[in-house]
Formats: sequence, structure tokens, C-alpha cells
Amino acid sequence: MWDHDLVTWIYDCPGTQSEQAGKSASCQGCPNQKLCASGAASAPDPAIAEIGAKLSTVQHKILVLSGKGGVGKSTFSAHLAHALASDSTKEVALLDVDICGPSIPRIMGLEGEQVHQSGSGWSPVYVDDNLAVMSIGFLLSSPDDAVIWRGPKKNGMIKQFLRDVDWGELDFLIVDTPPGTSDEHLSVVQYLSSTHVDGAVIITTPQEVSLQDVRKEIRFCRKVKLPIIGVVENMSGFVCPKCKNTSQIFPPTSGGAEQMCADLNLPLLGKVPLDPRIARSCDEGRSFLAEVPDSPAAQAYQRIVQSIRDFCSNSMMEERSTT
Amino acid sequence: MEQNSDGSLSQVQHVVLVLSGKGGVGKSTITTELALALRHAGKKVGILDVDLCGPSIPRMLSMGRPDVHQCDSGWVPVYTDAQKSLALMSIGFLLEDPDEAVVWRGPKKTALIGQFVSDVAWGELDVLLVDTPPGTSDEHLAVLENLKKHRVDGAILVTTPQAVSTGDVRREITFCKKTGVRILGIIENMSGFVCPHCSECSNIFSKGGGEELAKLTGSVFLGSVPLDPLLSASIEEGKDFLQSFPDSATFSAISSISQTLLNSLQSD
Repeated sequence: MWDHDLVTWIYDCPGTQSEQAGKSASCQGCPNQKLCASGAASAPDPAIAEIGAKLSTVQHKILVLSGKGGVGKSTFSAHLAHALASDSTKEVALLDVDICGPSIPRIMGLEGEQVHQSGSGWSPVYVDDNLAVMSIGFLLSSPDDAVIWRGPKKNGMIKQFLRDVDWGELDFLIVDTPPGTSDEHLSVVQYLSSTHVDGAVIITTPQEVSLQDVRKEIRFCRKVKLPIIGVVENMSGFVCPKCKNTSQIFPPTSGGAEQMCADLNLPLLGKVPLDPRIARSCDEGRSFLAEVPDSPAAQAYQRIVQSIRDFCSNSMMEERSTT
Repeated sequence: MEQNSDGSLSQVQHVVLVLSGKGGVGKSTITTELALALRHAGKKVGILDVDLCGPSIPRMLSMGRPDVHQCDSGWVPVYTDAQKSLALMSIGFLLEDPDEAVVWRGPKKTALIGQFVSDVAWGELDVLLVDTPPGTSDEHLAVLENLKKHRVDGAILVTTPQAVSTGDVRREITFCKKTGVRILGIIENMSGFVCPHCSECSNIFSKGGGEELAKLTGSVFLGSVPLDPLLSASIEEGKDFLQSFPDSATFSAISSISQTLLNSLQSD
């Protein structure tokens, strides 16, 4: 059998803020035990309050998450940003916190762009007057540059993105994340803990191999009390352009996102079919929604974005009525 | 004792990492299929799954959630067959509740990977495949640090054809160069989809990006694996695709890649 200690260690971390930090049975063998026991980890990071102040001019904050990689988080984040910014009265920003695999610069057509320093911080890169983007990709000098960083350094970068970027007044800030439930995710949630986050959009593909990771991400959201706006099923079926028959390339063997949402009592925001033109638009850095607005995939996107808009305005009204 | 310094890997002939900067390109699928192909070729194979936040291999090999046992020389891996020709160790086996999130920061991941690499009693293996999570971070550094004492033959890089994916894999190549890991070759996965109704080929995620990347970086191109719903279905149900569909184009692609890999491992 597995060591009982190891299992305790996995499940029962008391958390750095707890009285038991570094002292509970589950802390035995944890590499952070000394740090936690010393109490040094329990003091809240002053950056959390600074970020709260900095982002007080941002109306809505939306995280895009998935336990699984390659399901289309960045594609979705980019198109959500494009769709929200198609209303020229809205100021939209997209922040890419995927430190080791930043895809947003290419998808937004901003490869090779660099970040500029201004008096009030780093200036994001603008796609349009009302659409700003920030990514570690803008800080790298070559497309071959690897960011070989361990957790603490990644966390430092995310802190800087939230605190030191001159976001200005925003209606929407969309945060695109890497796969998993680790440093980047904990950091984003912690650094945003003194501000109101509307919620998370969870992206999945239809197969169980993907859903099994996504359920973990949902568990993560519930643990850290991050509201879930809903789930998007991406790569949901493929219509052959020649014979118009649909193929389930990634088969929903366990009922897909629909069944998972029913089981976990979550709203399914919609299903986006596979369309080769989406990958092509992303590679070329153009908005698929503008390129092929009549396609079933673009229409599915628009309906999903509308649900997110509605969610955000409701969440703002609730916030106002409680304060 | 001399043997202990090399620990549980002392009887492992070849160690191959499966890497990709990008998530969801099929690292675990390729790892699984290569392991099965190598086993069909009569080899003894092990898989070490170090994707702590998203372990997929147990499901892909239909392993369920067996108890992992300890012996004098460490943790005993789980075998898929009575002949013990395919062994697996994954964090998936540790989780009491499969939906539980492993919400860990780097140091804890590094500590567990250290145990995984050094304390599994693999016994005699021809090839140990190490399946990794996406990125170039804690898990990857931890694997390499803990394998330092043992020879790593090299890494296979998996990509999908589109530029958004090959862009991340270029960064992984830099990671390999910086850490001194030899690149055994690049595999292009999800390369073209042949409609089962009319045989029209659609390049859903573009085409040729993997081969271009190999040329650009002077790496070996190991081959492309098509987007095949039969493969996704086999992976979902934990069935041996190679046994079920020996006449498919996907089968020949995978067998040829595994043969090329084997030749390159044995020629050193």
C-alpha cells in the first residue's frame, strides 16, 4: 500500500494561513514545512492590496480555465476578447498568464511586439483602440526563447502583470491560464482575492480523457470559492465540408460536457464544433468571428459570449444590491 | 551497495522522455501507443506518468485504480498483463477520489517526482517512457535532475500541425538544448482527418507543421499520426488500438515511428 503519510500529505495541507501551517501531520515531509512553521508564509502578500487598488477600475474579471491542455482555452479567450470588443463602447483587455506556453500573441496577430515601459507601468499591446493584450511573449526576444522557470518565478511574473501593467479603465479583463491546477492558478486567485472576480469559464473537449481533468479544475474552483460562469464544450463534432456528415472526432463516450454539467449542476454555455478555419485564423492572428461570421462555430461563439455578458451584468447587479 | 546509487533504474536499458511545450497535442496518447507498439515488438516497457495535475495514462491503459504495493526495493509498478511486459506508475493511482484536484505548487510537485523517479522498482525494462505535462517548468526540471545519475537517451517531441502548437514546441527544443537532452525526433499528431463517410481529407489543425519544425531545427522527423476517431475511441475506452485496427493507416504510422525509435535507441 502507499504510505499513509504520503496520502495525508496530498489531501490535508492545512494551508499557509492556518494555525496548523507547518505543524500538522500532513506537513511531515513537505518541502515547505520549515517555511510554513516559521510563520513567514502566513503574512499576506502586500501585493494583494496593491492589485486590489490597481484593478478597482476594472468592471468585470473573467478567468478562462481548463484542467486539460490543448482544449482551446487561448482560442476561446482570444475570441471572447474580440467579441466583447466588437462593441466599441467597451474597453477590453486580455491577459495571458501561460508563462511557459504563451499562445496569445500569435492568436491575436501580435507576434514580435514588445512591451513598452511608461510612467504608470508597462503598457499593454493594443490590437484595437479598445482591445489591449499582455503576455510574457512580448517580453521574449525570440520565438525560440524558452521560459524555464519554477513556480516562484512564474508567480512573480503574474504579480507584475496584475500590479504593474497600466490597464487603465476597463469593462472586461479576461485572464487566459495554462492547463492544470498549480502555481499559476493559485497565484491568480490569490492575487485577485481583494477584488471582485465575476467567475471562471471552463473549457473542455467532449472525451472523458479531457473531462476527467476538467472535473479536477471544477473541484479547484469550488475549493478556492471561485464562481463558475459555465462550461464550454469545444471541438464538439466535425462537419465534413464535402459530404456534410458529422463525425465525432473526439467522442463523448461518457456523455460529454452535457452529462458532466448535469452531474455537477453547472450551466453548459454551449458547444463549438471543430472547424479547420478556426485553427487557420488563430495561426494567422485573425478573428475567426470576423472572418467567417455565418459559420455554425462563429454563431455558437456569439451565443456563448452573450451568456457571459448576461452573467456579468447580473453579477454586477447582485454585487450592488448587497452593498 | 553499488546498485543502490543507481537505484531502481539500474536494469532499465533506455529512458525516453515524451515532451511538448503545448498541452493536448497527444503526449499521453503517443506515449501509450508507443508503449503498446514496443510491447508488440517483444520489448519490456515501462511508463512513468509525471503529469501530476492531469494524469491520463491509467485510463488510456484501462488500469482502473489499483492499490500500489511496496517491496524492499521501492514501489511496485502496476502491470497491464500477466507477462509483466508493460508496467506503469502514475499519480492517478494515489488519488482516492479521481475528481480530486491536486492543487500543488512547484516544491511539492518536485518532491513527489523525486520519489517517483528514484523509488519505483521497475526491474528489467528495455524502454522506460516518461510522459510529462505541458510546459518547461517544475516537473520537467525535477525529472531531469532526478535522472541525472542515469543515462537519458533523449526526448521525443509531440506537436500538432498548427503554428500555435509548433511555436510552443520550438521553446521546448530550446529547453532540451539548454538542459542537454538529445532530441530523438518530432512526431506530428492530429495530422489530417479522413472523413469516414466520403474519404475526403480535412486538415482540421492544418498540416505539415511538425515536419517543417523538424527541418527548421535540424531534428529528425519521426512521422505523422492522423486524426483518427477510432484512435480517440480506443484511448477513451482503454483498448489496445494496435490490436483492434491492425489494417489502419494510423496503425502503420505508429508502428513505423516505434520501429524508427527502436533503431535509433539500439544504434547508440
